[in-house]
Amino acid sequence: MNYLPNILFAIILIAGLGYFSVNVKKLIRNIKLGKSKEVKDNTSLRWKNMINIALGQSKMVRRPISGFLHVIVYVGFVIINIEVLEIIIDGLFGTHRIGLKVLSPAVYGFLIGTFEILALGVLISVIVFWIRRNVIKIKRFLSSEMKGWPKNDGNIILYFEVVLMCLFLIMNATDATFQNLEAGNIISQYIAPLFNGFSETALHTIERTAWWIHIIGILAFLNYLYYSKHLHILLAFPNTYYGRLNPKGQFDNNEAVTKEVQLMMDPNADPFAAPAEGEEVPAKFGASDVQDLSWVSLLNAYTCTECGRCTSECPANQTGKKLSPRKIMMDTRDRLVEVGKNIDANKGEFKDDGKQLLDDYITREELWACTSCNACVEACPVSIDPLSIIMEMRSYLVMEQSAAPIELNNMMTNIENNGAPWPYNQMDRLNWKNE
Amino acid sequence: MSESLQVPTMAEFMAQGKQPEVVFWVGCAGSFDDRAKKITKAFVKLLNKANVEFAVLGTEESCTGDPAKRSGNEFLFQMQAATNIEVLNGYEVKKIVTACPHCFNTIKNEYPGLGGNYEVMHHTQFLKTLLDEGRLTIEGGKFKGKRITFHDPCYLGRANDVYEAPRDLIKKLEAELVEMKNCRRNGLCCGAGGAQMFKDAEKGDKEINVERTEQALDIKPEIIATGCPFCNTMMTDGVKTKEQEGKVEVMDVAELIANAQDL
Repeated sequence: MNYLPNILFAIILIAGLGYFSVNVKKLIRNIKLGKSKEVKDNTSLRWKNMINIALGQSKMVRRPISGFLHVIVYVGFVIINIEVLEIIIDGLFGTHRIGLKVLSPAVYGFLIGTFEILALGVLISVIVFWIRRNVIKIKRFLSSEMKGWPKNDGNIILYFEVVLMCLFLIMNATDATFQNLEAGNIISQYIAPLFNGFSETALHTIERTAWWIHIIGILAFLNYLYYSKHLHILLAFPNTYYGRLNPKGQFDNNEAVTKEVQLMMDPNADPFAAPAEGEEVPAKFGASDVQDLSWVSLLNAYTCTECGRCTSECPANQTGKKLSPRKIMMDTRDRLVEVGKNIDANKGEFKDDGKQLLDDYITREELWACTSCNACVEACPVSIDPLSIIMEMRSYLVMEQSAAPIELNNMMTNIENNGAPWPYNQMDRLNWKNE
Repeated sequence: MSESLQVPTMAEFMAQGKQPEVVFWVGCAGSFDDRAKKITKAFVKLLNKANVEFAVLGTEESCTGDPAKRSGNEFLFQMQAATNIEVLNGYEVKKIVTACPHCFNTIKNEYPGLGGNYEVMHHTQFLKTLLDEGRLTIEGGKFKGKRITFHDPCYLGRANDVYEAPRDLIKKLEAELVEMKNCRRNGLCCGAGGAQMFKDAEKGDKEINVERTEQALDIKPEIIATGCPFCNTMMTDGVKTKEQEGKVEVMDVAELIANAQDL
């Protein structure tokens, strides 16, 4: 009978981690639905970017207030999780605060004391975050794409963090042995008096309850990630690693088009030649759905935590146009999730559902409002590139649908005919010299 | 004045069996747009003054394909690129300078993958080099003490991280360089990029160029300097919309330097 809690703990732990890993597999499968793109260059710079941008939060702090608060929550999250290690060991082996058996009280106290200070920091930061989202109503949290689930999602994450931090502190405050240690109870010593007058049994029950809800809460939070914008706590790392290294102005050249152009310019090419046996059918140009985007773009979509820095820097959005780079990322993820569910429901194969990313999620009006200025790419704290999705989709509209706005068609006709976007004769190109 | 402009073509250099130091890629705006042609001429005057042996492609130059690519027409872009690369490689061109950040970005970043490898400089970078090498000298002249702000073209700044060359030139004029709320990597677009220059904007509550011009006017400059013919058009229009054309001038950095010396 004594082993019951240990067994129960093991079951909960395995279920929590198991369900999470099932979802991680789905996540990876969904990302791989994107077009292959080899990203193997310059590994040292990629590691450096990951360390600076994800681990070092270098782009977060460009906005000092939210950046500073985020660093506290981030450091708190990472460091307090060391405590989870102790909880897991205690839970599995029925020990209590195994750390005290391994470490000297001074070292153990120092560790837990640090966790307590961080927990308080996280608590305060999270409350400020909640106020920014719900009371001060900062503009970037109010865009139309943030209504409903995205707004609730943001708040649920904050509530989770408040509850977890409170449980951690209560757990310490009601642990008589720990309080008597007089080391590390930096914050919880001020909470302990709240429980004065409670019987020893009651205290113990509260401590155990807090302990259990805390670990169950952590596992629940872990599993919540897959359904939430909060995946960035994991995906920011691969995303900054695989983020683009080229100058931001350099857009990828489509290799399939290069082949076609070479063929057209080759005087010896036979225009009527049948394609060689086994030659690949030319893929569709650009993207109308998530499977047409590169896997990096899909990883970008899962990484986005909807902070809206991109949208707040977007010149089109600032001047009231429908385009919001954040919405481009959210739509891409929503559609990808929908495609993933479709595959799950149809035994591993995607059945046409009559929907696509273009028009059903992202409208043409949004796509044509982009000035390709890269402000969104520059603003993203985790190296997401909304611009490449916009360009892929424009490419589909023009090359597969001939559906550019009429003025752009005129401009392109001019380039084709006279080598300039305006209707001037190429032979007049040097006339300025004599004017 | 225009008679004094020396604008040799690559074909002429070829005929003499010579190679110029640099090819000046004029660009479509620089060739055809009335406002941008003045920038082209100002830059040529400076090249002449510094005795730079340069050449233009003249009628052999064609659109780089930037607006086609940004519109989504990869095919047209690559056709343009292939044609231009054939011409440039035919002349064995090694170094290119251009006064258009869009041409600059496309030739510098997107042509190498298609077989066109050149050293490409924006005209502000090139002018800076001429100064550093002592081939060109600038005196403040009439811009001494004037309040000048620099509008970062997206395709020069964020796209290619060139922020200092144009600013260094303005400082050389002994002008008072003032910065807008959004500058350098946070610079706000003028609204022309991504082929927006050639179409009406989508429905919104303001034009982007007006928003950007307001940011500039907020800091009360006498001159809004820029380094892109399209930004120049957009900011000039913005200044007109705000009815400030008598008070605030929009000028290219090359024009500032040429005018400072009464070229």
